[in-house]
Amino acid sequence: MSDEDEIILAELNDEELVQQMHDDLYEGLKEEVVEGVEILLDRGWTPYDVLTKALVAGMTIVGIDFRDGILYVPEVLMAANAMKAGMGILKPLLAETGAPKIGSMVIGTVKGDIHDIGKNLVSMMMEGAGFEVYDIGINNPVENYLEALEEHKPEILGMSALLTTTMPYMKVVVETLVEKGVRDDYIILVGGAPLNEEFAESVGADAYCRDAAVAVETAKEWVAKMHNRRASA
Amino acid sequence: MKPNLVIGCGAIAQELVALIKANGLEQRLEVTALPAIWHNTPEKILPGLKEKVTAAQQSGRYDTIYIGYADCGTGGLLDRYIADEGLERIAGDHCYAFYAGQAKFAELFEQELGTFYLTDYLARHFDRLIIQGYKLDTHPELLPMMFGHYSKLVYLAQIDDPKLDALAREAAEKLGGLTYERHLTGYGELGEFVAQAARG
Repeated sequence: MSDEDEIILAELNDEELVQQMHDDLYEGLKEEVVEGVEILLDRGWTPYDVLTKALVAGMTIVGIDFRDGILYVPEVLMAANAMKAGMGILKPLLAETGAPKIGSMVIGTVKGDIHDIGKNLVSMMMEGAGFEVYDIGINNPVENYLEALEEHKPEILGMSALLTTTMPYMKVVVETLVEKGVRDDYIILVGGAPLNEEFAESVGADAYCRDAAVAVETAKEWVAKMHNRRASA
Repeated sequence: MKPNLVIGCGAIAQELVALIKANGLEQRLEVTALPAIWHNTPEKILPGLKEKVTAAQQSGRYDTIYIGYADCGTGGLLDRYIADEGLERIAGDHCYAFYAGQAKFAELFEQELGTFYLTDYLARHFDRLIIQGYKLDTHPELLPMMFGHYSKLVYLAQIDDPKLDALAREAAEKLGGLTYERHLTGYGELGEFVAQAARG
């Protein structure tokens, strides 16, 4: 791109800037996204509006194109990285301004599995959507899940696996929760390349999430259901 | 007498052909391949395979069709399809397992979870499939995000070729200086699969 073609973000009006930030997120342009966030904050936008209207809305487009096979893992990772950089600025401000939290989630890859690209994407997208996320990393035995659930008391437990050899471990975790009589305290969402809805049902999870965008939507639906149920109880 | 057909992944096509030639099975078994790059996008495998199977069935040229894929990240969908169609595939989760042998592979897996596996094909095409395929050439910052948990690279060699050994070593370096190990497996369980596919 020549200098003449270069877009000066600060010269764009709000609407154009948000649109440009969606494009920059899509392209995974970290520095541009950070600059966009800073400009909107300088213009008096609330951190919550920057998050939802610029970052989350932009990542939603990325999520849809990922789901539809237009974007692949590298592009989505770059976009998520750009979003994370923007989030880095917003997170402390959101905490200060008491922005609404939709819910919270403990998430981790199951025992025997070190693959965490999908899980990391889910974590980032969930944070972006307003969830508090406690990511316990990779290769988690059931004890790690129990400990994290006890400590953070989230609405949602998320488990991921990439291997057909490790995904059955999700059942071990769910059965342990059943044995302890706490299964119904949590919404259990599972995901990972070799999984499907049938498998999720067979291990006793509440839902299978095909990708990070679906995970966010599913989490929102189930948390709303849980809150309604609690409110009417 | 009509020949049988193996419809397989491009990543094992050369090995399938080598086994057919070595055993003089050219009249009994033919091979057709689908793009090996689908290794990176397993969701493309089943639709592509279905198309190929249908075309082969409609051609009337073959007696029996065999599937030269393991599960390959299709999460059981491939198995459901081949069961519905009454087809057979090579056993295991992926080519690493059938080259190494299921038991040996399970052992390797247990030894070190963070192991990245290469076959001859993957060693030969590592740059195109992995480095370029995952955009690591233009975005090296993705390397720790994608492969940060790997500590070892195991090259499962089908043939004893020092050039491939050197390429595999280079691959281990490119993935962030992984510990390197080479196991000469030969064709492993692929040999029996070819013999069975030729017998029908």
